Amino acid sequence: MKHIVKLLALLVAVSAFWIGLLETVIPRSYAWLLPVYFVVSLGCYGLLMVGVGLMHFPTCPQEAGLLQQDIAEAKEFLKQRGVDVDYD
Amino acid sequence: MEINKNKYSIIVPTYNERLNIALLVYLVFKHLRDVDFEIIVVDDGSPDGTQEVVKQLQQVYGEDRILLRARPRKLGLGTAYVHGLKHASGNFVVIMDADLSHHPKYLPSFIRKQLETGASIVTGTRYVKGGGVHGWNLMRKLTSRGANVLAQTLLWPGVSDLTGSFRLYRKSVLEDVISSCVSKGYVFQMEMIVRASRKCYHIEEVPITFVDRVYGSSKLGGSEIVEYLKGLAYLLVTT
Repeated sequence: MKHIVKLLALLVAVSAFWIGLLETVIPRSYAWLLPVYFVVSLGCYGLLMVGVGLMHFPTCPQEAGLLQQDIAEAKEFLKQRGVDVDYD
Repeated sequence: MEINKNKYSIIVPTYNERLNIALLVYLVFKHLRDVDFEIIVVDDGSPDGTQEVVKQLQQVYGEDRILLRARPRKLGLGTAYVHGLKHASGNFVVIMDADLSHHPKYLPSFIRKQLETGASIVTGTRYVKGGGVHGWNLMRKLTSRGANVLAQTLLWPGVSDLTGSFRLYRKSVLEDVISSCVSKGYVFQMEMIVRASRKCYHIEEVPITFVDRVYGSSKLGGSEIVEYLKGLAYLLVTT
């Protein structure tokens, strides 16, 4: 089954649930606003995920130094064997 | 310890990577000492003399270990992999960038993970503990994180790093997945892993560190963001 079909099925299920709510217990005015609350919450959750991810973005500053060492080692080896590594 | 009888074909697309390709080849040979592998350089007619440097490297390491399979001009990343695949004699294929942002020192961990789990695909991820990036400013991190959250929410891909392109594939799996991909550029990497995920291939991840390129010019620009969003919409509907 294609992913979009899965998502649409989920959307239909949630909508059916919402329509069900409209008909029953919860006062109409609140029920009508539920989709808005849902979309806003989803947006906030997304922003939260981006923010948290940004805070915990794994960095590796020591890797830059290690890479420079590797580059120097590589240039040394290759220069001796006739490979042109003087381009910069 | 069982001897690893697999052969790994490492496909490296290049465009103006004259210095980087030499450094990369050295590092691959350094880190894959007891492994049967070949490096396939797919160069798209670089004007900076990349192919000349590759030929010099062939003198040092052997023409059977370094294959130069060039193309006349820039023809795109996806087709570069397809082209490289045609000449690959290994039963596993590694794809990686030429600019040293993908460090060959992680190749053993890709291979080990695959042998341990029997996975069809091992993909490098920058976003888990043990992985990481360096040289990205806040804006780039924000774009990357935002792109990932959006893609995770919409696509449920099953991997943590969708846009990464440091991966090990079983050759037959790569051939299968690549034949059904039509995107261009960076979206292509996403399409590959999402399609593989939809086809229920066994995918494992290993942490990798990604140091932003030291030499040469990056090929990532503003229009790429628009292309990304279009690509995401396309993947949402067609996978």
